[in-house]
Amino acid sequence: MSSSEIERQWTTRLRHRVEGKLPPEKMLPDTQPNYVSSWIYVFGVATMSALFVVIATGCILALRGPQWWHGSAYGHFINSLHLWSVEIFFFSMVVHLWGKFAMAAWRGGRALTWMTGVITFLASVATAFTGYVSQSNFDSQWISTQAKDGINATGAGAYFNVLNLGQMLMWHIVLLPLAAVVLTALHIVLVRIKGVVPPFEENPVVENAEVTQ
Amino acid sequence: MAFILSFAALIPLDSLGHYIHWGWVEISVANFIIIVLMIATFIAAIAAPFPGRRRRKENR
Amino acid sequence: MTKKAFNPDVDAPKWKGGYHPYDIVKEGSIAIAVILVLTLVLAIVFGSPDEKAITIKTWSNAAPLDFANTALEELNGTSTTAAYGAPYNTASTGQQLGPLQLAKWVGVRIPVNAAKDFVISPLKSLPDQPTLDHQLAVWSAASSSTKNAWLTSYGKAKVSFVNGQVVANTTSAGPVPVMINQLTQMARSGALDQALVTGHGFYTTDYTKPLLFLADSEYLPGLAQHQHLTGDQWGMMNETGNYPGQSWLWLYTFWYQIPPFKTSANADVLVWGLMMVLSAVLLLVPFIPGLRSVPRKLKLYRLIWREHYQETE
Repeated sequence: MSSSEIERQWTTRLRHRVEGKLPPEKMLPDTQPNYVSSWIYVFGVATMSALFVVIATGCILALRGPQWWHGSAYGHFINSLHLWSVEIFFFSMVVHLWGKFAMAAWRGGRALTWMTGVITFLASVATAFTGYVSQSNFDSQWISTQAKDGINATGAGAYFNVLNLGQMLMWHIVLLPLAAVVLTALHIVLVRIKGVVPPFEENPVVENAEVTQ
Repeated sequence: MAFILSFAALIPLDSLGHYIHWGWVEISVANFIIIVLMIATFIAAIAAPFPGRRRRKENR
Repeated sequence: MTKKAFNPDVDAPKWKGGYHPYDIVKEGSIAIAVILVLTLVLAIVFGSPDEKAITIKTWSNAAPLDFANTALEELNGTSTTAAYGAPYNTASTGQQLGPLQLAKWVGVRIPVNAAKDFVISPLKSLPDQPTLDHQLAVWSAASSSTKNAWLTSYGKAKVSFVNGQVVANTTSAGPVPVMINQLTQMARSGALDQALVTGHGFYTTDYTKPLLFLADSEYLPGLAQHQHLTGDQWGMMNETGNYPGQSWLWLYTFWYQIPPFKTSANADVLVWGLMMVLSAVLLLVPFIPGLRSVPRKLKLYRLIWREHYQETE
């Protein structure tokens, strides 16, 4: 086998493309640039931590099935943990979003990081919504019968039937969490590859400024 | 202790909701508190001094 | 590295300053611990809502005449479901986004025949009801103009609920009074709940039909109104009781409160279309000139990076 044949392999090409992009010292850095010094930086990790608690409590609810929490005080308590971790999740995510907007954190080739963040937010809204309609209580009866009109009006209701408990539960506990977790992982990897966006230059000397791309 | 045995909420919020009306704006007190807290947290997060500043200056 | 004009809203200056120690694993661990404690405290103190689901049984026992009237609307085609259009039936064009009839184009994918599915078929499933069976046979054999005449007579009659029976003060409504009364009895016994969900056999997780039937009532919106959950009460972001709801839906909910959406028959598709455009705008902020300059002009970053600017100026 010639080395050029190896070089042409898809596997080899993929390895060349990704190698060096995320060395261990970038994935798990032990230093940060000096400008990273504000409480606003904790809301990304807070969002991720809340997501961890949301998933953990969701897994406990999954152990005993979708009806368990209606009849068990312990199950109801786990549901309470699930609800409040979701509230904290969105709370942190919105503050994180405002902070990243204020810093124009898409600068320096970080547009994809911004975009994965926005898509994660939208996927999370959908995940939360399917959770609300999967509760199998009055809340889900009302929310699903109201929301159907909006989704039906777009044509999507023909395939995404919010009145179908089984379908909504599957989206809530399989498809959308998977999307949210994959998107979050991608977002974090991009943050680690590109690093934290540097401050605006107040008096930029344009000739000397290097464009990082 | 009683809680650990019963898992009941200390202050359950199950009573009929309280709402704020302001013209055609209508919002539940709970949502209003969350949104106000969110804005307050954002302002605090960008304005509050971040610890460790002095230590870093000493290091340099 | 390409040499091109530096755009402060697109490009970032290369960091040439110092670095400080930062323990990412420790930060993550502390964050998880803090969020866990916060979640525990909130759950212990406030709990979570679980307002019991209503059933067709509870509805028809609490408001038998509302149930009877809704059943009549399913039969005469005036209920929300019967007149819905796609994806349930072809009764109307449905909502339009300008010239786009999105729902209609996708078509009837979840077929619901309100009269048959909500009234006739459940009644036919009742065993040993010779009178009812006869009346159903009369109904099936009648022409649609005769059916309409019966339904119109029933609609005009004074309907009352006496001794557990729905009684209509008319003699010209054919089999309709028996059908409505029997369906009400079936609903009050709880049998209709079962008849509607078991449309797909023994196992089912699909509640499309009973939910559509319930949503056609005055009863369900009445309960929701009481809990501040209806659309004109910003209900989409609200939760039962005093719990916070989906507050992140504030913008989506907001559009329904203002013209032209507030009064438009196409409000849903207009609001959804608008929210998709706005979501795309949020997604594409880094590429939209003007919008991407807002943070630089807002100058909040001066506060966030104040230490950096103090040191460099």
